[in-house]
Amino acid sequence: MTVGDPTMVSNSGHAQARTRRRVFGVMFYALTIGSTVLGIVLLAALLIDVFADGVNQVDAHFLTSYPSRFPDQSGLRSALLGTLWMLGLTAILAFPIGVGAAIYLEEYAPANWVTRFIQLNIANLAGVPSVVYGLLGLGLFVRWFSLGRSILAGSMTMSLLILPLIIVASRESIRAVPDSLREGAFALGATRWQMVRRTVVPAAAGGILTGTILALARAVGETAPLITIGALTYIAFDPQGPMDLFTVLPIQIFNWVSLPQKDFAYLAAGGICVLLMVLLIANSLAVFLRYRMQRRLQ
Amino acid sequence: MINLRVGDQAKDVANVDQRDGGAILATTHLSFWYAKFLAIEDVSIEMPDRKITAIIGPSGCGKSTFLRCFNRMNELIPGTRIEGDVMFRGTNVNDRSVDPVEIRRQVGMVFQKPNPFPKSIYDNVAYGPRVNRYQGSMDEIVETSLRRAALWDEVKDDLKKSGLALSGGQQQRLCIARALAVQPEVLLMDEPCSALDPIATTRIEDLMRELREDLSIVIVTHNMQQAARVSDRTAFFTLGEAGAGVLVEHDETQRIFTTPSDDRTEAYITGRFG
Repeated sequence: MTVGDPTMVSNSGHAQARTRRRVFGVMFYALTIGSTVLGIVLLAALLIDVFADGVNQVDAHFLTSYPSRFPDQSGLRSALLGTLWMLGLTAILAFPIGVGAAIYLEEYAPANWVTRFIQLNIANLAGVPSVVYGLLGLGLFVRWFSLGRSILAGSMTMSLLILPLIIVASRESIRAVPDSLREGAFALGATRWQMVRRTVVPAAAGGILTGTILALARAVGETAPLITIGALTYIAFDPQGPMDLFTVLPIQIFNWVSLPQKDFAYLAAGGICVLLMVLLIANSLAVFLRYRMQRRLQ
Repeated sequence: MINLRVGDQAKDVANVDQRDGGAILATTHLSFWYAKFLAIEDVSIEMPDRKITAIIGPSGCGKSTFLRCFNRMNELIPGTRIEGDVMFRGTNVNDRSVDPVEIRRQVGMVFQKPNPFPKSIYDNVAYGPRVNRYQGSMDEIVETSLRRAALWDEVKDDLKKSGLALSGGQQQRLCIARALAVQPEVLLMDEPCSALDPIATTRIEDLMRELREDLSIVIVTHNMQQAARVSDRTAFFTLGEAGAGVLVEHDETQRIFTTPSDDRTEAYITGRFG
């Protein structure tokens, strides 16, 4: 390089920058791949380990027997039924309230600081530890409403827990509906309610349902709030109604894990398999619903 | 008919009084604010029945805002304020006793970007009649509306298909059919061809000339040739001294494009600004 030749100087400067940029690009690419692989490998290892221990446990007898102090006779019938009961009741309670709140906040609420304050705090509620909801449920539903340690009290507690999730997911989905559709509906003489019911809700339904199902899946897996309200009990009967005592799968698993005998550890692994199956079915349902909604819209 | 709704009654009376080619839409001293921003200032205009009125002018001079005053679409935007009168068939549309839902049924609108609902072609057209509790045959009104919008022959075998699967020009004609299905007396068109290619544009313009037989059309357009081609009357808006949109003049389209009375109009149509 000759001193005093400006073109040469600037060219070589650019070349250096290019090399460095390329190195950074490759490094970042490697980093993202590494993160992805690490996540998948850890998850796969965990699942393989659990399934290796537990999948043999899962049979008709396991699903249809009550828990017992003899490992070979023990099953999770009451826990599975309790989970299904709670899943259903929580859905009935949380879905309409959550979607209703989301519709109000997005379509009706005036754009002022009160609305913004409410929205911010709903997002914050989604981050409150679940055991806190358990304590709230214990004080409010179990004691004050005198619902006892019933499925209803558990479902109401779980509804509180997942309401923020449903509201946030539904709001996102409603906000994604383009305003041009709202204007189109109004311009045809629709009232606000007709616009919401015929245009916004159908267009947002896929996202709302997906969000709700994922929130319910979260409720199925939660243990702490239900232990707090007293569902950590030995149940050897089928729940007949919402006022019955109950237990759920994660608590049954927790129960078995805490017992000293080795055989109960295998039962716990079997319980985890069943729990994962329930969650997997719920998530597939969410994916399927979203796919169907989107296809209907296009 | 015994159970005539109030809206219908008022309309019937209005029909007797005013279906004589008089003004169907009018504003007097109309000003409009977005929060503190004055968007249009002191606009007074009359628009004749069953004619096509074009509104032209440079970007940002409040043409669309002005158009949306007639079906009260602006009030959906928080913080807006309106002063002066907006009249539809002699009724002040902003009067307390007037239901905006009823006004919007009688004064239809087609938007700049085609916005069919993510529903079937049939359900798109039937949307308006359904929300307005139309009592007659739905199949019939869907077919009539699609025919009036010159779309029937292209879609008649495929009414179940999604409205979004149509081409841009077809989507815009679907939106016109959708607006026609509630049998409005006025059709407001906000740059309806700006997202379309020339062939689709020609089709929409042909359609407008046919529709003029039955209803009044107000069209906002950026395209001066379009205004000259399709409209009977033209109103020219521009930005006034205060930065708000003002109406410069309005007259027969031919006069506006040949012998405008204001220098600003001439400057604009000859391409010296805007």
